[in-house]
Amino acid sequence: MLEKYNQGYQKYIDKIASVGSTEMVINMGPQHPSTHGVLRLELITDGEIVKDVIPHLGYLHRCFDKHAESMSYGKSIPFTDRLDYLASMNNSHSFVMGVERMLGIDDKLPKRVEYIRVLVCELNRIASHLIAVGTYGIDIGAFTPFLWCFRDREHIMNMLEWASGSRMLYNYIWVGGLFYDLPVGFEERCVDFVKYFRPKLDELDEILTNNEIFIQRTANIGVLPADVAINYGCSGPMLRASGIKWDLRRVDGYSVYPELDFEIPVGQGLAGTVGDCWDRYKVRVDEMRESLKIIEQCLDRLMSDFARLPDFDPRALVPKKVNLKAQSYYVRSENPKGELGFYFETQDKSDIPRRVKARGPSFNNLSVLPELGKGVLIADLIAILGSIDIVLGEVDR
Amino acid sequence: MIENLVNDLQQKFGESKISLVEGVKQDTIIVSEDILTELCLYLRDSPSYYFDFLANISAVDYHPENRFALVYNLASLPYQTQMTIRVELTVENRTAENLPEIPSVASVWRTADWHEREAFDLMGIYFTGHPDLRRILLPDDWEGFPLRKDYEDAESYHGIPIKGE
Repeated sequence: MLEKYNQGYQKYIDKIASVGSTEMVINMGPQHPSTHGVLRLELITDGEIVKDVIPHLGYLHRCFDKHAESMSYGKSIPFTDRLDYLASMNNSHSFVMGVERMLGIDDKLPKRVEYIRVLVCELNRIASHLIAVGTYGIDIGAFTPFLWCFRDREHIMNMLEWASGSRMLYNYIWVGGLFYDLPVGFEERCVDFVKYFRPKLDELDEILTNNEIFIQRTANIGVLPADVAINYGCSGPMLRASGIKWDLRRVDGYSVYPELDFEIPVGQGLAGTVGDCWDRYKVRVDEMRESLKIIEQCLDRLMSDFARLPDFDPRALVPKKVNLKAQSYYVRSENPKGELGFYFETQDKSDIPRRVKARGPSFNNLSVLPELGKGVLIADLIAILGSIDIVLGEVDR
Repeated sequence: MIENLVNDLQQKFGESKISLVEGVKQDTIIVSEDILTELCLYLRDSPSYYFDFLANISAVDYHPENRFALVYNLASLPYQTQMTIRVELTVENRTAENLPEIPSVASVWRTADWHEREAFDLMGIYFTGHPDLRRILLPDDWEGFPLRKDYEDAESYHGIPIKGE
């Protein structure tokens, strides 16, 4: 390898080697529980103060791009489930939407299919945010909310298992339709869940959101100004907590979201400054309430206008073979973590894409950590990392 | 709208440097690599576009041709618009000593830092002027660039056989 291709690595080696005698290099991870997976952070510290953060990724790299380039579009859907494994429905929805738009069948889909997709995606969004909120509590030292969140998440997991046959990795949304229609009685059980879950969110507010200790640990910590957030490509709750009303469900208005009524929560700095850790947490809690609203509306339509019919076939439009003209297409959608994008480049006379690139929201959200982590206490770094809410399956892909 | 944008860019940077390719669903603007950084800076800061959000950088390999492409997906938060820039790169051969070179846009959008590191890591594109260009997903001593179409796995890595059957 040429000298100049190696310069970046050499610079990094020199930086670690030149750490002064009053400073210390500390490895946090890849087996540290507060790194939420297998992220390794190399910290240069001066006492309790973090001077520099160097993230090392790739411990969970499973070559999604390479896999997707060697098989047809439908076969890639199970791989997309494994990107952000806490929100599999949202991932496959995004991927499938891209392929459908390239095929030109996105506006021909039956409304019932679209509503079921939105319903399961929003259920999954709540499940993902419950993990984010619960594990954030445990990072800060609050153990009870973690157990409560996992208890409630289990209800969603059971419901989605009932619909798809699998607990976390569903492969439920297919190109041109769904694996199956919802099981008989799903809607009623979902109504019960919404009734059960709404008071639980108020309990969560009491024990965690307005908890004085929690506010002390998170307010005014890790403040991310809006311009920095945009420049680092942050999206989702990260960007909204910095005060920018940017939600692709509204901006792009994909699927049936334009027909649904919901608010976009943004950070207001109620506990401290706009864009601090507490705001990022709060945006997620508020989003769960909005998702419940969406779920109620979906259920309403699914039980009235688009009710179950005996001859309804959710696979009616599933293409036998995806034949596309050579083209390039970028699709984006709102994942619980932020903007999940897929860049496709297809080739003529082949149902195998030339290139598929997944743009993971966590990957971009994490890249701001060295900026946020400079000059904070080590304990605050944990609070900042937890508030970013990364999933390593998507950072490393 | 996209025609106006292309016309404006052509007037500013020269007609030969910029061209529009109409795709089946999404249009792409092809940009010559020597003006890439200037153009990106202009697109980010000009009040009529404000493409302040770099969503994605993908590197594409056109094996068996000795040709690569880099695709930049931009979005504008104030105007709620999207656009795609593409830069074509041709190289004489595909050896590890002769990587395609392109100026880095990490000074324009800092998110490009990690995206470009990923393209360097997996596709072997060298970004000139990048602040911290080293492998990101693979180990630092990995050989070769796995996302290239002509990549072949090594027999072993540090004595561990990696050719799975």
